[in-house]
Amino acid sequence: MSRFHTFIQEKLSQTTLRENYRAILDGNNIKRQQVIEEVNREEGNYFSVLRDFGHQTRKEILSHLCELLERLEKNCRINGMEVHYALDGKQACVLVEEIAGNHQARLLIKGKSMITEEIHLNRYLEKRGYEVIESDLGEYILQLDGDTPSHLVAPAIHKTASDFSAILQRKFPHEYLGEKDEEITAAVRNILRRKYMEADIGVSGVNFAVASGGALVLVENEGNGRLVTSLPRVHIALMSMEKVIEDFSQLPGLLKLLTVSATGQLITNYINIIRGPRRSGEQDGPEEVHLIILDNGRSRILADPILRESLLCIRCGACMDSCPVYAQITGHGYQSEIPGPIGKILMPQLRGLKMHPELPGMSSLCGACEEVCPVRIPIPRILLQLRAAAKKKTSVLDSGKERNSKEFFLWKMWSLIYRRTWVHRLFRKLLHRTTPVLSILFPYIPLLGRWSHHRSVPRFAKVTLDSLMKKNGNYLLSRKNGNP
Amino acid sequence: MIPVYFYGTCMLDLLSPYTGYHLVRLLEEAGCRVFFPAGQTCCGQPAYNSGYREEARQVALTQVKLFSEIFSENYPILLPSGSCAAMMGHHYLDLFPAEKRVDSLRPRIEEWSRFYFRCRPRLKDKGDRIRIVWHGSCHSLREMGVEEEPLSLLRQLSQVEVRELPHQRECCGFGGTFAVKYPEISAAMGESKCREINTVGGEVLVSSDIGCLTHIRTRMEKMGIRMPCYHLADFLAERIGLAHPDFRATDTRDTR
Repeated sequence: MSRFHTFIQEKLSQTTLRENYRAILDGNNIKRQQVIEEVNREEGNYFSVLRDFGHQTRKEILSHLCELLERLEKNCRINGMEVHYALDGKQACVLVEEIAGNHQARLLIKGKSMITEEIHLNRYLEKRGYEVIESDLGEYILQLDGDTPSHLVAPAIHKTASDFSAILQRKFPHEYLGEKDEEITAAVRNILRRKYMEADIGVSGVNFAVASGGALVLVENEGNGRLVTSLPRVHIALMSMEKVIEDFSQLPGLLKLLTVSATGQLITNYINIIRGPRRSGEQDGPEEVHLIILDNGRSRILADPILRESLLCIRCGACMDSCPVYAQITGHGYQSEIPGPIGKILMPQLRGLKMHPELPGMSSLCGACEEVCPVRIPIPRILLQLRAAAKKKTSVLDSGKERNSKEFFLWKMWSLIYRRTWVHRLFRKLLHRTTPVLSILFPYIPLLGRWSHHRSVPRFAKVTLDSLMKKNGNYLLSRKNGNP
Repeated sequence: MIPVYFYGTCMLDLLSPYTGYHLVRLLEEAGCRVFFPAGQTCCGQPAYNSGYREEARQVALTQVKLFSEIFSENYPILLPSGSCAAMMGHHYLDLFPAEKRVDSLRPRIEEWSRFYFRCRPRLKDKGDRIRIVWHGSCHSLREMGVEEEPLSLLRQLSQVEVRELPHQRECCGFGGTFAVKYPEISAAMGESKCREINTVGGEVLVSSDIGCLTHIRTRMEKMGIRMPCYHLADFLAERIGLAHPDFRATDTRDTR
């Protein structure tokens, strides 16, 4: 754990990064609030009703997920797509490689997709000689810099505009690319346009997959999603299995929840609805569309009725915008592919508690995330359940393995003292007598002593509440002892 | 006379028992008969938050028995802390999923300021003009739904001006065991909160939670910020002249 604490200290020392983050997150939150007020202006309380709808709908979907996936597969095939299932990330990567091999592909161009981050698809393909280019502006810059996303929706908020410029300048030293936002965007647009034309395969994620329509829905603002899914000959879409929805009637509500919560927009610039490859007579579209449906640990999460709600997530990122921990340690502070509150509940469940032992506890349980979550995921409750799962075996991967004997002893002692009134009374008396010594020894007490690394020692009271209550006439002894 | 039970909480007893006295006096002046059942220990939240549910359950059961077997009148049970109130009022359902005694206990649990506000007290400000900063705890706000009541009580005081923070509703970073398990993150969150408190022009900090208060105050001390810190009950009691004669607000100027 001390390596973790060293890492956190280092992250916290990056004050400029934190200040930049603070400004961006504040901006996001203000925008979100404003658009929610706008939504509510038409019909008071509408957004809250929409959130209830989102929660119920997603929950219902999870309750018959298998059936919906079968329906999705059937209708996608009818529409001319090829559908594959991948149990884990490795299988999914192998599937992508197979498809690439079948088409003698060299270059793949990608839209932003958190599932591909989760399975480290780029690394897998690059090791095997494929060239992979990110087409989302932020992701592209990060890729050039060998860096990873730090936010669900805006992957490169840990970089400034001048960082962007410097990274581009380093990659293309012989071209002047400019320093203003428009110049950077124009430069990247030119570079990527060529790549769309050259790419053999386009890889994308999926926001929602409509079972009854056999359709994949992808929302975006840049337009790269549209290009990735229509220009290359082959389109591979990867989706985590909980992204399926029943039918198109659910789409407007869910999309509104997503766009309002993610970017403070009533609607995104592009909504792509993909129903298969190019049909005869059509001018645009790929020749083949492949859908890869991923489990990667999700069916295990479905097993528990409370933990299952981790899968309600529609990937908006509002939780991390409102998280005070995220604002301090920033996205990379979590050391997981998905950062923020949703990352804290998902990653330990997907990868196992042993891989991310510090994530479930890394929260003051303030509830700000739950307060903004468009689908009302009970994040604090799930965190509490994961903390319990670390100590006692449950359905969670690698549960019951955290046998910190020091802490267990501490709580055992605590329980022995605090559960018997007479023992507690003695303990309290002892504490009272030793208060001055306690204050001096405080920094050396195991666990509690860590308080004084950054804060002065708390002052323990010289009187007890019992004594004040007795003097004021409120003290109530049990009836057995002659109760007033 | 409205009869109520008062549950002090372990933190209040250890760090600020006069707050309990003030809370009781305020309720009494507002027409309540306050009973303090002997034998209270702790709601169990520290162990529960750390994932040690069995140990938490054992301690929690003692509190449940206290209010169902020994002091079993159907009175409201008032707590000075939103987080302890949420523990007993909500999370006890997780610890005791099929326990009738808990089912009858949970609805009676209330955060004291909301109950006190509903008693419609008339607060006559006897103090000098003052600017305060208010910090409502997250658990109070989000788990117990207490937001307007403390502010309404404070606004009754004619000489008191309440200053708001830019990130008013953001967590101070205490979080109970979080404060010692992730001390550097907790301290960083505390520092952000302290900076805002210091810049907004308040002379005094008033908060609804002893935990938050202690965390903020001790961080301020390390940062060299000077400011007296009060629990809401302490502040109200002092302003209307009910404060205990031995009470002194914890002041960051009194560093020993």
